[in-house]
Amino acid sequence: MTVRVLYFAWVREAIGVGEEEVAPPAGVDTVAALVGWLAGRSEGHAAAFAEPARLRAAVDQDFVGRDASIVGAREIAIFPPVTGG
Amino acid sequence: MIRVVVGRDPIDLAAEMALAERDRVGAVATFTGLVRADDGVGTLELEHYPGATERALERLAGEAIARWSLDAATVIHRVGPMAPGERIVFVAAAAAHRAAALEACAFLIDRLKTDAPFWKRDTRAGEGRWVEAKSGDDVAAARWGGGR
Repeated sequence: MTVRVLYFAWVREAIGVGEEEVAPPAGVDTVAALVGWLAGRSEGHAAAFAEPARLRAAVDQDFVGRDASIVGAREIAIFPPVTGG
Repeated sequence: MIRVVVGRDPIDLAAEMALAERDRVGAVATFTGLVRADDGVGTLELEHYPGATERALERLAGEAIARWSLDAATVIHRVGPMAPGERIVFVAAAAAHRAAALEACAFLIDRLKTDAPFWKRDTRAGEGRWVEAKSGDDVAAARWGGGR
């Protein structure tokens, strides 16, 4: 399974790219598991994902919780709590 | 009618008001948010999640229209660099009577703060910093129930 992962704000800055294509292994089937798996990709990923409680996510552009499934997802975004308005 | 705009252009209040009033409604309530000049903020930069942002704002406007039987809901949000004093966000709710318009307007700005993927970065004395989310925003959004 290949999925597009998008990063925003300081998550993007820590990782160094705004998006990447990844192929998580079969057992990586929730947002929390994906974050844990991505943290091993580079020092930047590890830094960005050091405190998972500070992260929010969207699966196919819908905001979801950490336990949400990513099975079949095309686009997953990982970002800090939003600060618009 | 739903009007959602996310872009870099300045917000034209007169034009937006004229659009909100064109359906000959009885009441239009609006909220305008400006970049605050306090604490030595030099510039404010807004990042967003293209596609998801517009979708979230359209969903919010649709929810307001259904809940308060509005004639129209407008949400305009700027992205990119801004200076203190510039308008960053504008929301309007148009209805037959004031109570619905005022409540819907408050709902739109409260929930926009927690439901739409925008991130602020401010620069003070040349030093950039991502703005932290405020727990008070979650409380304000939660009073309307539901949500994501």
